[in-house]
Amino acid sequence: MDVVLQILYIIVPAALIAATPLMLTAMGGLFSERSGVVNIGLEGLMVMGAFGGIIGTLMFEALGMGALSPWLGIGFAVIIGAIFSLIHAVASISFRADQIVSGVAINFLAVGLTVFIVREIYDAGQTATIGTRILRSNIPFLSDIPVIGPMLFSRVYLTTYIALIIIAVVWYVVFKTPFGLRLRAVGEHPMAADTMGIKVQRMRYIGVMLSGAFAGAGGSVYAVTIAGNFSAGTIVGQGFMALAALIFGKWTPFGAMGAAIFFGFAMALSTSAQQLPGFQNIPQVWFLILPYVLTILALAGFVGKAEPPKALNQPYTKGSR
Amino acid sequence: MMSMLKGRAFGITIPIIAILFGFLAGAVIMLFSGNNPITGYTALVNGIVGDTYQFGETLQRMTPLIFSGIAVAFAFRTGLLNIGVEGQLIVGWFTSVYVGLAIDPPMIIHLPLAILAGAVAGALWGFVPGLLKARFQVHEVIVTIMMNYIAMHVTNSLIRTYLLDSGQRTGFINSSASLESEFLSELTQFSRLHWGFLIAAAACVLMWFILWKTKKGFELRSVGFNKNASLYAGMNVDQNIVLSMSVSGAFAGIGGAMVGLGTYGYANILPTFTNIGFDGIAVALLGASSSIGIFLAAFLFGGLQQGANMMQSQAGVAPELVEIIIALIILFVASSYIIRWALDRLQSRKEEK
Repeated sequence: MDVVLQILYIIVPAALIAATPLMLTAMGGLFSERSGVVNIGLEGLMVMGAFGGIIGTLMFEALGMGALSPWLGIGFAVIIGAIFSLIHAVASISFRADQIVSGVAINFLAVGLTVFIVREIYDAGQTATIGTRILRSNIPFLSDIPVIGPMLFSRVYLTTYIALIIIAVVWYVVFKTPFGLRLRAVGEHPMAADTMGIKVQRMRYIGVMLSGAFAGAGGSVYAVTIAGNFSAGTIVGQGFMALAALIFGKWTPFGAMGAAIFFGFAMALSTSAQQLPGFQNIPQVWFLILPYVLTILALAGFVGKAEPPKALNQPYTKGSR
Repeated sequence: MMSMLKGRAFGITIPIIAILFGFLAGAVIMLFSGNNPITGYTALVNGIVGDTYQFGETLQRMTPLIFSGIAVAFAFRTGLLNIGVEGQLIVGWFTSVYVGLAIDPPMIIHLPLAILAGAVAGALWGFVPGLLKARFQVHEVIVTIMMNYIAMHVTNSLIRTYLLDSGQRTGFINSSASLESEFLSELTQFSRLHWGFLIAAAACVLMWFILWKTKKGFELRSVGFNKNASLYAGMNVDQNIVLSMSVSGAFAGIGGAMVGLGTYGYANILPTFTNIGFDGIAVALLGASSSIGIFLAAFLFGGLQQGANMMQSQAGVAPELVEIIIALIILFVASSYIIRWALDRLQSRKEEK
């Protein structure tokens, strides 16, 4: 029993830490896709977020903000992400570009633009390392609870718990408010929504910009907690994994959260399985590909059918049938 | 977009406007970052056609891009978006190198066998999303993205476990499986240009032939135009979807074989994607999914990536500028609706006067 607990004390926090950026970014994807706009560009938006997070933190550090800098950096990244996602919004909503192609272009553009700027500023492939990272800490009182305390509330990042609260808020907004109903209506049947006086294009712009804001938060949380600096290799695939979590979670906030945590476990196991009794003999590659294989199985209906919003990937033209 | 890619009226205007806008934006970025756009672009052009070595390297770079472009375009024509070219290319690369390493028959058997192995591996990697699309109506985009990661992790793991030679790569393939060409290399001041370039050119012709001159090609395009009409006309839509994805994957796999057997002669553990497959989307889009268009677009993008080095060494511009330009060109081509709208407005203004 003790051995199992020891394993859980290592794996659970590691999984939660790996899952946090995915959860936040998946919430972004949820807003965009529920409004009917595919967002393959989550990866690029996360890159922008990581870049904004680091540059913002360095900037606020220089301004003398001290320990507050990384939090302000995250705020800065949220704004950068939302602005950058406007490109995807304009191309895919107003210009009726193919949403998937536009998303692919966003991914290219984000990496090119950020690394270009980093090279111009630092004359190297990476930024300076931030001085004031958000560090792992014990949550007061809760970390003293036996078993659960050391597992869930010791040596964790505060950002993880903020993310969990945000997910509850997202659920409330999307399923319990008029705004959420409109957002979903636009993604399921834009013409009906239009007939009811909902501004389809505007709702979709809001959806895509929220996806930029959330992906920006996800990317920056990864940058200011785990990475500490920014380079082309900071975000490699987390955005796509967040997209996978969104789909595996059937486009619902708590589903995506569960999927992200599950993927977090797979990632944590892939890096630490070698030290764990009972796991040594499983090749690492199985843990690495597990999230992707599961997503494919989920889509094929082997793990519960995942149904996308009906108007996903369809540009809306007023008056068309 | 599907209709746009296939439409004959697509013309040459929109790609050219997109390219011009892309370069214009690149110039603006250079100005803002304190570089001289004229010096920058001069160095870029020098880096593409400045001497025969650069030109040879450009042709070497465009070889796999042609294949990834064909792969994307082939699926486009059947109404499918194959984002999985990257993964199909990676498994093709790995498998062809494996065949190149494992056996040692005479070249006349070995080389075609190694290329074929790459094609089969790629086809298999395309077959899975095709089957899932046909059988379970799963959107191919998500499945192919997931397949990309599976491809990368599985090949990395196989190399690490079984084939690791020195550092992060396998050993060199046997010379009987190599596409290396002393003739082409000497012609271009010892660049890495290899026979694969000619195979790529032939593949352009092959794609045109399959799609436009065979009955099956007609069916594939028909399914791309209108699934329901094709079904009504008695075509097996599901079968055509699976076939299209498999052929697309095979082209991508051969592209990987070109990299493995021609450019490097080995396979290595990939820390991130090669991006050749993703660039294929740009190539196919700019080339309007036509053979000639793909060839020219591959030359442009291959050249840009090659010239970026010179741009950095001679003009001090970070090579990522090229990535930005390519991304913007994709965005502009994808947004062709607005370009066409603007062109129409201009046209009608002129007519009014």
